Amino acid sequence: MEVVETIESSFLVNLLYLLGAVAFVWGLRLLSSPDTARKGNTYAAIGMGLAIIGALIEPVQNGGNNNYGWIAGGMIAGALIGFPAAKKIKMTAMPQMVSVFNGLGGACAMVLAIVELFQNQGTTMGLGQAAIVYFTLLIGAVSFTGSLLAFAKLDGRIKDKHVTFKGHSILNNILLLVVIGFMVFLMINGGTQGMIIGFLIVSLIYGFSFVAPIGGADMPVVISLLNSFTGLSAAAAGLIFGNQLMLVGGILVGASGTILTVLMCEAMNRSLFNVLIGGFGGGAVAAASDDGKVAKTANASDVAIQLFYSQSVMFVPGYGLAVAQAQKVVKELDDILEANGVDVKYAIHPVAGRMPGHMNVLLAEADVPYPKLLDLEDANSALPNTDLVVIVGANDVVNPAALDEPGSPIYGMPVLNVWEAKNVVVLKRSMSPGYAGIQNPLFFHDKTKMLFGDAKVSIQALVAEVKNL
Amino acid sequence: MDTIVQFFNGNLLLIYLLIFTVILGFEVISKVPTVLHTPLMSGANAISGVVIVGAILLIRQSDPTDYFSLSLGLIGIILGMINVAGGFTVTDRMLEMFKKKKAKS
Repeated sequence: MEVVETIESSFLVNLLYLLGAVAFVWGLRLLSSPDTARKGNTYAAIGMGLAIIGALIEPVQNGGNNNYGWIAGGMIAGALIGFPAAKKIKMTAMPQMVSVFNGLGGACAMVLAIVELFQNQGTTMGLGQAAIVYFTLLIGAVSFTGSLLAFAKLDGRIKDKHVTFKGHSILNNILLLVVIGFMVFLMINGGTQGMIIGFLIVSLIYGFSFVAPIGGADMPVVISLLNSFTGLSAAAAGLIFGNQLMLVGGILVGASGTILTVLMCEAMNRSLFNVLIGGFGGGAVAAASDDGKVAKTANASDVAIQLFYSQSVMFVPGYGLAVAQAQKVVKELDDILEANGVDVKYAIHPVAGRMPGHMNVLLAEADVPYPKLLDLEDANSALPNTDLVVIVGANDVVNPAALDEPGSPIYGMPVLNVWEAKNVVVLKRSMSPGYAGIQNPLFFHDKTKMLFGDAKVSIQALVAEVKNL
Repeated sequence: MDTIVQFFNGNLLLIYLLIFTVILGFEVISKVPTVLHTPLMSGANAISGVVIVGAILLIRQSDPTDYFSLSLGLIGIILGMINVAGGFTVTDRMLEMFKKKKAKS
C-alpha cells in the first residue's frame, strides 16, 4: 500500500471522514466551557461513529473479502468490555482508567504496524513509509507498556521502589539509543520477522523502563505524556493507511497531551527532562525543617468551633482526599457551613491528585459547584483574607520550602501560600512526609494545627461537631 | 536527500494537513480550563481510539484465510473499541456531573 491514498474512494466515504474530522475539532472546541463540554463530547462521539461507518464502506483493495463477521465480533467484544467498565469505575479511580484506555489505544496502533510490517515482508518499502511504520510500532508499544505500568502504580499494585533503582535514567538512555539505532537499521535494511519481533520487544521494554522511575507527584506529567504518545501513534497509523481522519484525530490528541504535559511541568517548575530522570524527592533535604519543633495538634471539637465562627474557609484537597473517598463528606461540611453564613471555597493546585484536573472531577462528583473551585492564582490572592484553611490530604502543594529553601527538591515550584491565611488546619493520617518524601515545614508553622486521622473519619467528626454547635 | 524530496513532493497535501492540524489542535485545546482537564484527557483518549478505523480497513483487505492478519486485526478492533466505547462513556459521566452543578448554583 502506498502512503498516498491510491484507492479510489467514493464521495460518500470522503464526506463521512470529513464530517468526522470536523466533529472531532468542534467537539474539542466545545470542551472549553463546562456548559458546553458534554455536548462537545457527544459531537466527538458522533464523529467517531461517522469514521467507523466510513471505514466499513470505504472501497478497499481485495474488495469483496470484507470479513465483516470478524469486524462485528471485535466491535461487540470491545463494546461489551468498554461500556460496563466506564459505567462502573469510581471517580477516584479515574487516573487508572484513563491510563488503561490510553495503553489500549497505543497497543492498537502497535498491532496495526506489526501486521503492516509482516505483510510487506520481502517487498521494499520506501524509506518514508518504513520510517512511519516503525515509528508507529515504537510509539504504540512505548505507550502500551508505559500506560500499563502507570496504571499499576496508580492502583497501588506496584510501588515505585519495586521497579526502579539508582542510575535507572542511565539504563533508560542506553535503551533509548538501542531502540533508535535498531529502528534506523531496520528502516534502511528491512528486517526479518525475527528482527521485527526483537524490535517490538525492545520497544515494549523501553516503555516500561521509561515510566519506572517516575512516580508520585509526577504522575500527572507522565499520564499526559503517554496520552500524547498514543495520539501520535494513532496519527502515524493514519499515515500508514493514508487515512486523513486518523491523522487529524491522532494529532488533536497529541496536541492535547502535549499541552497538558507542558502545563503540569510548569505547575511544578520542573523541566520535562527533569521529570523523566525521575526520583523526585527522597534526597537528604528532609532534615532542615523539623529540628526541635513540635507540631501542634487539635481535636475535632476545636476545629469545628473554629470553622463555625470563621467568615471564610478554604479547603485544599489533595490525593489523600481521593484515597479516603472523602469528597462527599467535605461537601456535607461545606453545606452546613454555608447554611451558617460561612463562605467556603476550594483551592485546587494544578498537580493536586494523580492526573490533570483530578480534584475538580472528584468535587464535581460530590456536587460542589465549579465556581467555588479556585485555581492557584485566584486562591493565592484570596488566601490572605481567609480565616481558616483546611488541608485535606495535600502536602507538597502547600509546602513553604518551595519558596524559601533553595536546597529542597521542590524549591521553585509554585505552591498555595496557605500560611498567609489566619489559621491552618492539616488533616493527615500521621506526621509522615508526603508522597515525594519531603518534610513539610508548614506542619510546624505557628498558625498550623494538625488533626490526625483518616480524612473521611475526621471530616465526619467535624460535621457531627458543627451540627451540635 | 532524493528520497526526502520525493517524499515531500509526493505527500505535500498530507504535510499541509499535518501542520495545520497541529496548529489548530494547540489553539483549540489551550482554551480548555483547568476544571475540565480530566474530561479533556479522557475525551482525547477516546478520540485516539480512531485507530480502530485502521484495524477495520486492515481486516477488510485481508484474505479470508490469512488468519494472522485477521487475528491481529481482531485484537486491534477490540482494543480500539474498548477505548472508543469506554472513553466517550466515562467522559460523558464526568461531564454530566459538571453540568448538573451549573443548573443548581
